[in-house]
Amino acid sequence: MEWEGFYRKNGQIGIRNRIIVIYTVECSSFVAKEITRLSNNLDVECIGFSGCTDNEYAVRLLISLIRHPNIGGVLAVGLGCEYIQPEWLADIAAEEGKEHKWMFIQEEGGTKKSINKGLSIVEKMLKDLEKTERKKMGISDLIIGAECGGSDYTSGLAGNVVVGRFFDRLVSQGGTAIFEEIVEAVGLIDLLRERAVDEEVKKEIEYTYDKALKYCKSVRQYSVSPGNFAGGLTTIEEKSMGAFVKSGTKDIEGVLKIAQRPEHSGLWLLDSTPDPHWMQFGITNPNDNEGLMDLISCGSHIVFLVTGRGSVVGSAVSPCLKITGNSDTYQNMKDDMDFNAGNVLTGKKTLSESAEALEELVINIASGGLTKSEDLGHKEYFIPYKYQDKKVNVPSNYKCDKY
Amino acid sequence: MKKQVAFKIEIEDNVATALTDIKPGAAKLRGDSEIKEIDAVENIKKGHKIALVDIKKDEPIKKYGIVIGAATKEINKGQWVHLHCMRSLYDERSSHLDVETGVPKDIKYE
Repeated sequence: MEWEGFYRKNGQIGIRNRIIVIYTVECSSFVAKEITRLSNNLDVECIGFSGCTDNEYAVRLLISLIRHPNIGGVLAVGLGCEYIQPEWLADIAAEEGKEHKWMFIQEEGGTKKSINKGLSIVEKMLKDLEKTERKKMGISDLIIGAECGGSDYTSGLAGNVVVGRFFDRLVSQGGTAIFEEIVEAVGLIDLLRERAVDEEVKKEIEYTYDKALKYCKSVRQYSVSPGNFAGGLTTIEEKSMGAFVKSGTKDIEGVLKIAQRPEHSGLWLLDSTPDPHWMQFGITNPNDNEGLMDLISCGSHIVFLVTGRGSVVGSAVSPCLKITGNSDTYQNMKDDMDFNAGNVLTGKKTLSESAEALEELVINIASGGLTKSEDLGHKEYFIPYKYQDKKVNVPSNYKCDKY
Repeated sequence: MKKQVAFKIEIEDNVATALTDIKPGAAKLRGDSEIKEIDAVENIKKGHKIALVDIKKDEPIKKYGIVIGAATKEINKGQWVHLHCMRSLYDERSSHLDVETGVPKDIKYE
């Protein structure tokens, strides 16, 4: 099964050909958002970082999104005095052979002039993007990331289980699967490490797990929310097991950090927890869109959000496909839900049938079909201050807490 | 009475998950279970857990074949199992959440 993707200078193929309008500080966000809004085009999206003082993680993330195969053009909008340099972001886009422009609102002469200039830039870019080279792609070219949000009792019984089956299929066919939320693997170190493809990866997983657990303990907050409890989940351990099943059964090839591309196909674990830093950044899993952005930074063409209670979010850069294991939620929020995995609980479909149906939907989306959230205009993004190393660095004196 | 159903995932689990709202009375038990029925002794909302055996205080609660927490008091077979009678072995804050709605009670809105 093949379809036409968008061919990029670095050899990667994307499933969308989008323009991102990037604001480099809160002060320029209104102009960037207005340029996006008034462009009135599904392929024009706004993302940005609100801080004036920059942050290495945030810059690295923005650059990974500029390099993402779903992106064809970049317009960086700055105010003029902030740390992040819109010109340098545009330069990266240029290196990648993409449409690229940048501006400073202070130089353009304020809101109205900047918006007008931005609109004509975007209009021209959209025309130029019609000439983007196309190339055939198949399921083995896909990178798909998965996260859960708004979990309830169905997540671990149906939603994530179907994703796990699909991930097994994807990997068997040469594709790449990424799962994350190590903070929702509390108590599961045994299950995680036995899936490691070799001893080195096993050490990386142990180190990443211990770090995540230390982190939750130090901020005294675990990745749980009131809705989880109202929906029947009682502990982080219970939620974790229900979340972990989305990884399927394949070996874990390695641990990725934000903006790190998987070296080869297979199943990968993304660590999105902060690394220790004297500024003590963040909180565990601030919200689902942060997690989705992290998955996209590693190259995910499509991201799955598995929900029980019912999430409505989409995402900028890569389409968000929403899966629910709760048939009531599916019926209640039909305009927002892409896939009903709850059929396996009512017995209407077997797990295999459901995973196969999910694969069909994925191919449909990859070849240009819109997800419900794209159709509704949901283009959320969340880029906070965070600190994280560029690669997993297991200290030479590291000893696993448990082993 | 409407059909009541609970699901037991692994054979070593000591709780099952309600797939329908359950009122006191018999509920069908599906999944990896030797017994086909469990008697609920109180109301258990859809998605919540029912004890399949008597569980002593501090004894592990098992679901998916793993330990998901510990009992904070004696639990009888057929009772509702949630924040009021079990706790996480890691997370302290969650034991203070409202047992019905999960909402936090530790930050005052004033």
